[in-house]
Amino acid sequence: MRQDFQTIAGWIRPGSQVLDLGCGNGELLRSLHEQRGVRGYGVEIAPERVLGCIRNGVNVIQRDLEGGLAEFAADSFDYVVLSQTLQAVRGTEAILREMLRIGREGIVTFPNFGYWKNRWQVLRGHMPVSADIPYQWYDTPNVHLCTMEDFETLCARLGIHILEQVVMTGGRRVRWLPNLAGSLAVYRFERVPR
Amino acid sequence: MTVVIDPASLVTPQTARFDTPLSLQSGAQLPAYELVYEMHGELNARASNAILVCHALSGNHHIAGYHSPADKKPGWWDNLIGPGKPVDTRKFCVIGVNNPGGCHGSTGPASIDPVTGQPWGSRFPLVTVEDWVAVQARLADRLGISQFAAVMGGSLGGMQALQWSISHPGRLRHCLVIAAAPRLTAQNIAFNDVARQAIVTDPDFHGGDYYARQVTPRRGLRLARMLGHITYLSDDVMGSKFGRILRNGAFSYGYDVEFEIESYLRYQGDKFADSFDANTYLLMTRALDYFDPAHRLGGGDLSRALTAAVADFLVISFTTDWRFAPQRSREIVHALLDNGRNVSYAEIDSAHGHDAFLMPDAHYHALVRAYMDRIDV
Repeated sequence: MRQDFQTIAGWIRPGSQVLDLGCGNGELLRSLHEQRGVRGYGVEIAPERVLGCIRNGVNVIQRDLEGGLAEFAADSFDYVVLSQTLQAVRGTEAILREMLRIGREGIVTFPNFGYWKNRWQVLRGHMPVSADIPYQWYDTPNVHLCTMEDFETLCARLGIHILEQVVMTGGRRVRWLPNLAGSLAVYRFERVPR
Repeated sequence: MTVVIDPASLVTPQTARFDTPLSLQSGAQLPAYELVYEMHGELNARASNAILVCHALSGNHHIAGYHSPADKKPGWWDNLIGPGKPVDTRKFCVIGVNNPGGCHGSTGPASIDPVTGQPWGSRFPLVTVEDWVAVQARLADRLGISQFAAVMGGSLGGMQALQWSISHPGRLRHCLVIAAAPRLTAQNIAFNDVARQAIVTDPDFHGGDYYARQVTPRRGLRLARMLGHITYLSDDVMGSKFGRILRNGAFSYGYDVEFEIESYLRYQGDKFADSFDANTYLLMTRALDYFDPAHRLGGGDLSRALTAAVADFLVISFTTDWRFAPQRSREIVHALLDNGRNVSYAEIDSAHGHDAFLMPDAHYHALVRAYMDRIDV
């Protein structure tokens, strides 16, 4: 299982409703269903992954996230998850707003561009290639890479209240200097109560 | 080329007779009727492995296999249904029914009205999607099937599957709605009306009572089919298949067939006009026009109309289908999501327009196979 899935699964209350955006083959939803009795749907654009979801017995809606998520009603989910997809989305602000329109809480994971190995590669004159950013600059789906500080700044601007944050490197949790020592960031957040 | 037909794929249609009158949505009654159907695969002891396949405008009960070793073509969904196929008849008992009003054996406008001893013709009552579902449910009772593992269909057949989930929510576990819509658009109704006008203005139509005169409104039916055929294909596939290819390599400056597309459409129109009943075409297109569960049950709100539906859904559309566009399938998905139903939706990338639902696309078939594999029987 992917390293961020354990963290996400640990945050989700049993029996809740989950929408997983960019759900891949539906592994997260399948394990959430089997282990925590979670009901959910995935949204996925790639045909072969939609097929993977059907094979995994996971509800999946084939859709381009960038086209909006109008078919999902406001407050219809407990959690909306966007795992390792935020950096590949063009409408970053729009998707974050949509997540908190549809769900009471949002969960995102993304590769931390501020991780020291990434910074070191930039210092040496190259775009970083690593376990969590495994693409060459000329062949990458990623369009909006950011550091943890960048993400938190955007959240503050959008009125998003961060509830919890876990940072990982090679599957292990990092507690010291996260924006430097952490390769993968996992956040749980909600709307700032009015 | 000789097609060698596997004896295992031979199927014999059966007829069920019903003498209890059927009250129709229109208020009219069908006093007695016969349904022709065929079954592929064995119904298990608990009758829990039955799948109902609803047919579209020009379809019928002959969903797969062959009726005789001399048949040139198999049933209309043979690429999807059969032993080892995506809808596997070694696991499921798959049933096709010719809807009343049809022209392939079930009671329809060409059948004899027992009261007059004459063909029903113009007096055959209009039947709706809801009526068809009611009739199919009666057949299920007769066959001892209290709950289908799945009800499925494409186009008008998909509308019937959707209606099943509303009319008899407890009688199906899964619902496959393919290349369908929750209601027709004005443009769609307009196409249907042009097709109907072609038929009713044919001098051989005689108000629908042409049977006794030994004529058929062939020209009208042919035009109706030609028009329909254009709308079932995409611009792209027509372009790539026919383009501007000329029949004889050069213009002959007349109104006979010049372009290959003309030849193709005329051939399709002729073939259809020889094998289909014009009254059935009128009736089926009207049933399409009328279908609108949101209006009938939900005060215009499809989500409300689908509150009763409890089946798990697989909804499939095709990117270049402009007659039943993906957006229309998304409306169904939206309404099911509003009701918190289990639903998956796939939008298949295909060049074939509305006809794509009948084509053996590998990804489409893999999806259906994967979905069917997970159904418990």
